Amino acid sequence: MKLSKVCELLDAEILCCEEGLDTEVKSACGSDMMSDVLAFVKDQSILLTGLVNPQTVRTAQMMDMKCIVFVRGKRPDEAVVSLAEENGIMVMASAYRMYTACGILYANGLYSEGIDKV
Amino acid sequence: MEPIILKYQVDGSDFSMAGEASSSVKKTLKQLGFSPDLIRRVAIAMYEGEINMVIHADGGEATVEISQSGVRIILADHGPGIKDVALAMQEGYSTAPDEVRNLGFGAGMGLPNIKKYSDDLKVETELGVGTTLTIQINT
Repeated sequence: MKLSKVCELLDAEILCCEEGLDTEVKSACGSDMMSDVLAFVKDQSILLTGLVNPQTVRTAQMMDMKCIVFVRGKRPDEAVVSLAEENGIMVMASAYRMYTACGILYANGLYSEGIDKV
Repeated sequence: MEPIILKYQVDGSDFSMAGEASSSVKKTLKQLGFSPDLIRRVAIAMYEGEINMVIHADGGEATVEISQSGVRIILADHGPGIKDVALAMQEGYSTAPDEVRNLGFGAGMGLPNIKKYSDDLKVETELGVGTTLTIQINT
């Protein structure tokens, strides 16, 4: 799925790195716990989260993720968006809640790769 | 290649800065042409260590030795030390306060995660003196 489709499905606003809209992604993960993202996530390209501190960007960066979607109407501050921009990570903001946002992407074919159990 | 040594001060007073050193190391390894798998393992292990230093020890020093055979990360802090290393190595055990959990960390995955992504992890700790982690990640 292209990030442009993700944006459309989540009715999201793009906050930076719009040039990445053509990027193809194959999986995503949703979490507010960065510890768990670092421990259990593998090769996911999108991080959906309601946590808006700079560590969401750092976590996405360490995991080579392409895009962060801030859910349930959360808005990161300028510094967080700038950090993402510096690292080429697209940032979107969606008003959907985490459960709904993940459900929409999953229902439209963005599955996690492999067996998604820890 | 000649071994490269990088040194960083990890600022313990500003949580928002945690990860700067790991980010810099990740970029250097990429420039040097290391494999994406090694780069990711180094980045995650060092980032977890850096976060731990900020949460528990008010910062410290990070030394990264890069050679053909791999990367050694030495994270030294002057914090309170780890009371029970075996317990701290267990997944889910954490002494982090609630405010740290509100920031998305403190799930008790830090040290286990570092171990998982490294080829060797040495933990030297003394109560009231500090902790030094030596993390080896081979190519």
